[in-house]
Amino acid sequence: MSDTSQLTAADVAAPDRAPSGAPRLHLSRYRDLSLIPVILVLGVIGFIVSPAFLTSDNLIGVLQQVSELSLLVLGEAMILICGRMDLSLESTIGVAPVIAMWLVMPSSGSATYHGIGLLPGWTSVPLCLLVGLLIGGFNGFMILKLRVNGFIATLGMLTMLRGLQDGISQGKSIVEVPRSFSYLGGASWIGAPAAVWICLVLFAVGGLALGYLRHGRALYAIGGNSEAARAAGIRVDRITWIVLAVGSLLAAFAGVLYVGHYGAISSTQGDGWIFQVFAATVIGGVSLNGGRGTLFGALTGVLTLQLVVNVTTLGGVPPLWDKFLYGAIIIVALIISRFASGEKQD
Amino acid sequence: MTDPTTPTPDGPAPPPAVQAEGVVKRFGPTLALDRVGITVEAGDSHALVGRNGAGKSTLVSVLTGLHVPDAGRVSFQGEPAPAAGDTAAWQSKVACVYQKSMVVPDLTVAENLFLNRLGSGRVRWSALRARARDLLAEYGVEVDPAARAGDLTVEQGQFVEIARALSFGARFIILDEPTAQLDAAGIDRLFTRLRDLQRQGVAFLFISHHLQEVYDLCSTVTVYRDARHVLTATVAELGKAELVEAMTGEAASHTAAWHATSAARDTAGRQGAEAGPEPEAVLRADGLGLEGAFDPVDFAVRPGEVLGLAGATASGATALGETLVGLRRATAGRTLVAGRPVRPGSVPHALGAGIGYVPEDRHRQGLVLGRSVAENATLSVTDQLGPYGTVLPSRTREFARRMISSLDIKTSGPGQPVSDLSGGNQQKVVIARALARDPRVLVAIRPTAGVDVKSKDSLLGVVRSVAERGDAAVIVSDELDDLRVCDRVIALFHGRVIAEFDSGWTDRDLVSAMEGLPSGGDKGAEE
Repeated sequence: MSDTSQLTAADVAAPDRAPSGAPRLHLSRYRDLSLIPVILVLGVIGFIVSPAFLTSDNLIGVLQQVSELSLLVLGEAMILICGRMDLSLESTIGVAPVIAMWLVMPSSGSATYHGIGLLPGWTSVPLCLLVGLLIGGFNGFMILKLRVNGFIATLGMLTMLRGLQDGISQGKSIVEVPRSFSYLGGASWIGAPAAVWICLVLFAVGGLALGYLRHGRALYAIGGNSEAARAAGIRVDRITWIVLAVGSLLAAFAGVLYVGHYGAISSTQGDGWIFQVFAATVIGGVSLNGGRGTLFGALTGVLTLQLVVNVTTLGGVPPLWDKFLYGAIIIVALIISRFASGEKQD
Repeated sequence: MTDPTTPTPDGPAPPPAVQAEGVVKRFGPTLALDRVGITVEAGDSHALVGRNGAGKSTLVSVLTGLHVPDAGRVSFQGEPAPAAGDTAAWQSKVACVYQKSMVVPDLTVAENLFLNRLGSGRVRWSALRARARDLLAEYGVEVDPAARAGDLTVEQGQFVEIARALSFGARFIILDEPTAQLDAAGIDRLFTRLRDLQRQGVAFLFISHHLQEVYDLCSTVTVYRDARHVLTATVAELGKAELVEAMTGEAASHTAAWHATSAARDTAGRQGAEAGPEPEAVLRADGLGLEGAFDPVDFAVRPGEVLGLAGATASGATALGETLVGLRRATAGRTLVAGRPVRPGSVPHALGAGIGYVPEDRHRQGLVLGRSVAENATLSVTDQLGPYGTVLPSRTREFARRMISSLDIKTSGPGQPVSDLSGGNQQKVVIARALARDPRVLVAIRPTAGVDVKSKDSLLGVVRSVAERGDAAVIVSDELDDLRVCDRVIALFHGRVIAEFDSGWTDRDLVSAMEGLPSGGDKGAEE
């Protein structure tokens, strides 16, 4: 059956398809752009609801608020494309800065938080990133070497790391952090927060890597069919391990930006974010089964979620309704994409 | 009907088990069935054959109520087919046993048999098991009803599905490639069971790519081609050449390609003779062994040679193939390509050494189904598609286009998802990838499983051409058609080399060797 259809389709399409590949390119990209109209509609609604919406202050504010979340989405999108999932990202964003602080803060003095003062203050950012890398590496060890279920293993890590943060920070927020640690999250470059630029650059780098590097393309093969990828000579475990480590590294970096942005390490930093992370990636077109989706789509997913919240806040909807809105937009987006793409999502 | 043991009543002949007339089915612009018909008499075993894309699967969907035909009539035992969506009514008429088992692997056999029919109220486990045991015994299926369905062999799973279908009252069963994953002994047992059931008046529609099985089992055959009905005939009166001709619509000349290796063999032999007494082997297995799968073996493949490794599913032949390409790590011995040892257990190193691999199951190991033809074809050469680890889309497409034209892959373009292709063309994509690195030796495991006759020829031709350009190929298979293109065949049985054949083996000798009776082998049993 499929053979006949192929033959006819090929015969019919060949003459006009051969000279220009334009129509096909357009179709394959359409999927990643599907949230762009939604974002435009949200912009129009925002403009109608409040004149404050279309001001650069408000829009930059939206981008700044979304920057930390978007780094988690970047990491999670890559992990999902590779066919895995990591729930512990939302705890990594909190625990990595706390461990870095614990190592660099002096054990006595005027500060409200006392660490062990093992290392000088300038090492705090590299330390934080290293902790992220180690957490991701450990996740990879459990999933790839011990072959335990990734969902439960990272769920355990989520809880364990949150507890570790509470234990080390004694349940308190850490308000004094080294200058170098708070710089990136607070600085402003060329009229916009540094965090926004950094996020854009990281998404661009990630998008290019996934589109144009052989190891990036390998993620799609691994997520789509890891057996086939292995048979084709791709080092499946090594690449998956690296992706898990990079995901946690990005989460730790998001922690750095968060701390700089809000001026303190909150004890509930990142708590409950994983839900939004998954929501943004999935409405952005990344498949939970792996092998499908783009980072650009994931980025539009985060922006959509944040714009909905912003527009409703400006429209005077109390913040207590935020969760309801999040849930509703996810469900609506899923149903729309289910019928727009015509594919079942089970 | 032709079965002499069928109890024929003296009265009027029973109505046919199923009769379809003038069935038309369209999917968008594609005409999947064009006024086709089929009549399966009660107690008959009727084969439906055709190349991929002939409309067989669509007909099965129509006959099992999954698709509503756009025109035409279907009747079972003289009564019109149930309304669409009335699952219970359809189940009592017809059942289809698919290639892939449809049992729920984590439930017991008993639960699977009575899935959704556990009765009202509390589940009485002992009674359920007893009913299951009775049902299985009634059809002579030796399976423990308390066993986990996932632990059954493919064969047992099929028997359970057949028993389940019969317990709904269905007297017409469609078998979609039931033998694809069975070894010869399993096929024998399946056929014996099917003949028993035929005597009880059950009718079968048998769909297979394996024409010999049609001759072994069926009394009537219907051929479809390009969505149309071509012929229906008694198997005994239809020669194999005519059958293939009906399927392909061409004169039977190309069947010669299956056996056309003698010429190629001569060339290879001459090349070997010209190159001196003993040219260096392209691939050499040096005491290569894998504990629990196969005993240490030694063999060498010369340039220009195609070696066959013949063996049934559990013979270790597949494991040997997978060890050669680095998917499994040998526990003894080593593999050498052109005299240099290959690091064991590493596919990237095997690829680098020049071993190309066509995996056994293209869906499981061969293809990333959601991705494009171009991506699948270039999966193993991504390091050659751009500088500094980049993969340039233009070069990927260019590479894929070359592959598409050189292997004649039917696709609308390199960007088409590979899942849209037919089986034969999907397999060509897998082979394209194996050839992409210009391997010194191509290892192909069951390269023609589930593809139509014509694709089979061209796929085997491609494997053959690797040898003709002076490299070598290894075909691991139990399909005689695959092994016919080999210059030399090593037969494995229970992990041991049981016989070795030079060209000119007979089907009977090779089959009996694969069955563990090496009487006819050139060199006989080695132990």
